[in-house]
Amino acid sequence: MKQYLSLTVILAVFWLINSGHYTPLLLGLGALSVLLILYVIKRMERVDGESEPSIVMSVYLPYYLFWLVIEIVKSNIDVVMRVWKGEEAISPTVFKVKASQKSDVCRVLYANSITMTPGTITLDIDGDTFEVHALSGDGKAGVMTGEMDRQVSKLES
Amino acid sequence: MDLFLNILSWTCLLTGGFLGITGAVGLFRFPDFFTRLHAASVTDTLSTILIVIGLMLQANSWMMIVKLLLVLLIITYTSPTSAHSLAKSALHTGLKPFLKDKENNNR
Repeated sequence: MKQYLSLTVILAVFWLINSGHYTPLLLGLGALSVLLILYVIKRMERVDGESEPSIVMSVYLPYYLFWLVIEIVKSNIDVVMRVWKGEEAISPTVFKVKASQKSDVCRVLYANSITMTPGTITLDIDGDTFEVHALSGDGKAGVMTGEMDRQVSKLES
Repeated sequence: MDLFLNILSWTCLLTGGFLGITGAVGLFRFPDFFTRLHAASVTDTLSTILIVIGLMLQANSWMMIVKLLLVLLIITYTSPTSAHSLAKSALHTGLKPFLKDKENNNR
């Protein structure tokens, strides 16, 4: 019940932000659409324990996002250089890396963070082992230091 | 103040545009599917972020800024997911990644 309540608030705020029109008719239609979506979600049985992951509350999250943006900028510059240098500048590799996160949400976050930084893509996940494709040896070394793994794990504590 | 905002926003927009073109060039230059995905992720990440920031600086109402933020949020959620699912399905249907070391190439 608590989850449906917070979902209602989130949907209502989302509607209010996107609408910009506050006449009674449109507000009524907005309320109707919120109710409709709640009904659909209830029928789909998509409200479970992880629809509001606890990491949203983590104090580290803003810090992590900031850190991730810096990493994305750094690896973007690296990949852009390699694009303009051409094929000699790349040495694609595939390797495996262990993830130390316990919850599914944090593992997904880690895998997506690897994919989001250009130069590395998570190919496959098997339990706590990720198969990663890297554009160059540098990209591989960057993941193997485990710095990102530690940063994501901080979100769990 | 207006001039300053304009310079900042156009710097962001032009850099974002340059990165988008770079991503496209990489898409043609790189040898195989997986390396091309790396090039495309330049367009997905920093290029999009810079273009949206540039547009935010041009926006004339708070509502527009919030909407642009939502666009950014949705793109950052969906692009790694789609990149991963593309890579995973390519791998599982038997596409072998092109590797630099010759001995690994027929892994």
